[in-house]
Amino acid sequence: MKTGARILVEGLQREGVETIFGYPGGVVLPIYDELYDSSLRHILVRHEQAAAHAADGFARASGRVGVCLATSGPGACNLVTGIATAYMDSVPMVALTGQVPTSLLGNDAFQESDITGITLPITKHNYLVKRTEDLGHVLREAFYIAGTGRKGPVLIDLPKDVSNKPIEYEFPESEPVMLRGYQPTIRGHAKQIDKALELIFEAERPLVYAGGGVISSDASEELISFVDTMGIPITTTLMGLGAVPCDHPLNLGMLGMHGTRSANFAVTESDLLIAIGARFDDRVTGKLDTFAPQAKIIHIDIDPAEIGKNKKVDVPIVGDTKSVLQDMLVKVRRKKEYDRWQARIRGWKEKHPLTYRRDGVLRPQLVVEKLSELLKGEGIIVSEVGQNQMWTAQYFCFRKPRTWITSGGLGTMGYGFPAAMGAHFARPDQVIFDIAGDGSFQMNIQELSTVATNNIPVKVAILNNRFLGMVRQWQELFHDRRYSFTELPPVDFVKVANAYGVEGMRVESADDVVPALTAAIDTDGPFILDFRVEREENVFPMVPAGAAINEMIGGNVE
Amino acid sequence: MKAHTLSVLVENKAGVLSRVTGLFSRRGFNIESLAVGVCEEPGMSRITIVCIGDDAQIEQVMKQLNKLIDVIKVSDITENERVERELALIKVSADPGTSRAEVMQVATIFRAQIIDVGSKTVTLSVTGDAEKIDALEKLLRQYGVKELVRTGKIAMLRGTKTVKSAK
Repeated sequence: MKTGARILVEGLQREGVETIFGYPGGVVLPIYDELYDSSLRHILVRHEQAAAHAADGFARASGRVGVCLATSGPGACNLVTGIATAYMDSVPMVALTGQVPTSLLGNDAFQESDITGITLPITKHNYLVKRTEDLGHVLREAFYIAGTGRKGPVLIDLPKDVSNKPIEYEFPESEPVMLRGYQPTIRGHAKQIDKALELIFEAERPLVYAGGGVISSDASEELISFVDTMGIPITTTLMGLGAVPCDHPLNLGMLGMHGTRSANFAVTESDLLIAIGARFDDRVTGKLDTFAPQAKIIHIDIDPAEIGKNKKVDVPIVGDTKSVLQDMLVKVRRKKEYDRWQARIRGWKEKHPLTYRRDGVLRPQLVVEKLSELLKGEGIIVSEVGQNQMWTAQYFCFRKPRTWITSGGLGTMGYGFPAAMGAHFARPDQVIFDIAGDGSFQMNIQELSTVATNNIPVKVAILNNRFLGMVRQWQELFHDRRYSFTELPPVDFVKVANAYGVEGMRVESADDVVPALTAAIDTDGPFILDFRVEREENVFPMVPAGAAINEMIGGNVE
Repeated sequence: MKAHTLSVLVENKAGVLSRVTGLFSRRGFNIESLAVGVCEEPGMSRITIVCIGDDAQIEQVMKQLNKLIDVIKVSDITENERVERELALIKVSADPGTSRAEVMQVATIFRAQIIDVGSKTVTLSVTGDAEKIDALEKLLRQYGVKELVRTGKIAMLRGTKTVKSAK
């Protein structure tokens, strides 16, 4: 006989899960009792939101499904932000929540909340398991749905009696999951691929616009050989950074609101945009009518609903980006030289590099740039959200996929630190940095306790400007410098870290940046760096809201 | 912008209807009418939805519906030859001394059935397409419609074709 809780833990292990992130509570007692002497590693976080972000960070760093666990009611509700974050960025995750016993469902029982109802719009799918007999196959389906097609979070709600009840149960030998209503298209349509190649051959100024889909389908290698073979310049979204090395000669860097001038100019002048695993998000396109106004569009995406959602597409290809790129590479027969176009793009790159004032002042960009030089493309960089995120995207040279982890779609402050913890369990061999702002870091600062207890060697570089910097920047530019509720009081983060048993260092001058970063890298355990940076530095260049992406302001330093 | 009739085949599972309707409200689409019930396939239900939108919006609705795991097939049958029916129950003021005879006459013309009679009301049952029911309601309004319940439209393709076989 096996209880539901035993079936759950065994089932997780059968799915290859080694580590889960969670927080106990009343209705998950049977599950925690099972975990007590299980070989499944459980990391106790200090807030359920961190469990969800850690599972998400694990998934992004590894490409596998991340798992988090929380109790009913408040525990489950605390997962919500983390689940929504994963949903927006298509991250494979299984979230397990306890629920009041089935006999009390709908009764407003103690710590009851309708978490399947609450998470309906932010999960790929969710389940309320009412019979222990169903648990085994629900778990298999959940992992299958989370980790295939356009990936995403799946929630399983487990009433206490379902976990408690012992039944006769043997796991079926791994029969494939069959769902009538879920059959993602993997292979691209051959005729569409031919049409796309035809358009590419006709084009004079083609440009690849690659997004997070390339990372999540592990198509980086194929993308690089596509770009190299065809000689087509490439720009990536925030989520696509690392798909192609930053210093690849055809790479224009990031496009969009805080993208490079060269990338945005290239989009505007291009006559063929090849969107690969990207979704024409408003932070990328700016004013839609003026986005790629001269271009025909090829759109490769695994999710048919993304194609034509925001922008009319000439050649849609539904399929996994890796598979489609492989097929395209096999089929390429005719190639063209785009010398004039490449030269024009080189000109923009030379004329408009990303730049900031290198004047000996401790500026946030300097911290990111030095870290990039020290790590030489190694390590995993996680960010919080806001200016810290944009500066990292601009000034860290990413060379490999899955080395850049950030909340793109939802823009969740407080994401980075717990996600960095999760990334460590995916890649314990890597140096892991969370690049934070003082605002974001304080949203999940309690996880200092988790990293201290488990000696998780996450390094946090706080770009401390005592502002909610990105909001302050908008107030400066668009609200007449009326800094409404964006100034934060000074916090001694080193003292806070020490109180939790974590080492830290405050850095106040530009000269100390490299020694401080080196000290953090050389420390075996977690380490907090409190960089007291220039307070009113802005992220430039910038496309003001509602403008066309070639109408950028700022970022020219003489 | 025009009315589209969508036929949606779904798993007959708890919560399916809220997944489907939630998607409409979340993405800002209005449902004009909705009817749901079991169908010829065991374990499945068919939902008939009438919604108004331009082609791009309807395409997006259908794609989003298709992404729901419990949705098996979505078909827009607006352009197909089809039969449509809706059922309405209408309780009308019909005093035996004054208007009852007239109400019953109107009912006969519309082939509505009288399914209940009260001291001062009659209740009619009428089936037909939406226009017929609208017309009947309009005519009855002068007598005083006390209550009106409509099922929402259900639809089926004409001839041997089925929604499942149609593109």
